[in-house]
Amino acid sequence: MININNLTFGYSRRKILYDNLDLELKEGNIYGLLGENGAGKSTLLMLIAGLKRPHYGTVNVGGHYASDASPEFLREVFFIPEEMTFPNISIESYVGVLAPFYPKFDRTAFFEMIAEFGLTPDMTLHNMSYGQKKKALISLGLASNTRLLLMDEPTNGLDIPSKSQFRKLVAKYMSDDRVFLISTHQVRDLESLIDPIVIVDSGKVVFNETLDSITEKLLFTTADKVLSEDVIYEEKGIAEDKVVARNTTGDISRVNLELLFNAVLSEKSEMVSALSN
Amino acid sequence: MEFTSNKAIYLQIMDLICEKVLKGTWGEGEKIPSVRQLAVELEVNPNTVARSYSSLQDDGIIFNKRGIGYFISEEASKMVQNVEKSAFMKEDVPTFFKKIQLLGISWSELSDLYHQYEKQ
Repeated sequence: MININNLTFGYSRRKILYDNLDLELKEGNIYGLLGENGAGKSTLLMLIAGLKRPHYGTVNVGGHYASDASPEFLREVFFIPEEMTFPNISIESYVGVLAPFYPKFDRTAFFEMIAEFGLTPDMTLHNMSYGQKKKALISLGLASNTRLLLMDEPTNGLDIPSKSQFRKLVAKYMSDDRVFLISTHQVRDLESLIDPIVIVDSGKVVFNETLDSITEKLLFTTADKVLSEDVIYEEKGIAEDKVVARNTTGDISRVNLELLFNAVLSEKSEMVSALSN
Repeated sequence: MEFTSNKAIYLQIMDLICEKVLKGTWGEGEKIPSVRQLAVELEVNPNTVARSYSSLQDDGIIFNKRGIGYFISEEASKMVQNVEKSAFMKEDVPTFFKKIQLLGISWSELSDLYHQYEKQ
């Protein structure tokens, strides 16, 4: 279990970004972290990774605290940031330096993954494109077998075939004793992968639900298929009017993540009350 | 696989498996991919596939041999057929009748068409 308690942080003391934030993440899940630009998704990931220090509050990964920066904490957490920095050495040398910090690191899996991504161990990190570096780092993260893997916009910079490759690898290396937390704006890239959905807004976790509990209470459909009194949120379009409505039929619909995100941000209290009924 | 339908992804995966059973791609008694293999193949969360498998197991369409994997049940295609038939009767037939009435198509007209279709 990963527990974040009373986390308070701001880039200046007067401007607080996260105020008493609580979040609990359970093993065996691929959490999707959604939020508007500037909502602080990257900051939250850095706080969880222990790369920033909160003013108050704790991040606890399996009994080890981020603030201690102990080897026991650090070997269970891997962070894939959006902006990457590497030394100017080959992939093979880099994995040689990095892997010893992660006792469960799987070298065989790592070299298989980079091969699937079309990289070779002798490639030099500084000569690689952004997308190629991203592929190398994703492979490192998945092969590290850390309890917690944080990914900040992992599909950014990946070409079309690599996005599919990425989804396959995540499905393959996810396990019952790991937690993946993926922040993204590219919800369509990850729609079939992320569950539960966590939404941050105005310094709080405003939403943290599994797809099961979402679809049990809510219906994602078009306006003509539901009673107007059941509609919580509507987006008018030329072809159809998309709605999020209370689920009165028991039909289990596919969650449209873009619609869900917009509905949560604009109809926060109604969405929360519909889900808690 | 593109999950284009409005149904939950776990339901679409169940449909996919039922279709394979009906077509005979996956025969009765045959071992099917593990949860992980299918999740990788379909690029979905393994928990979603696990959900589909557990529902299919509840329906008796697949069964689990501990430590070995999932298999298609002996009576699976009959069961799938029954499920699909009742869904067809409940959902498709009323829509079809409604359209017939709306367009003023007579029953004899339809029955002629059906006999022609049968001969082909």
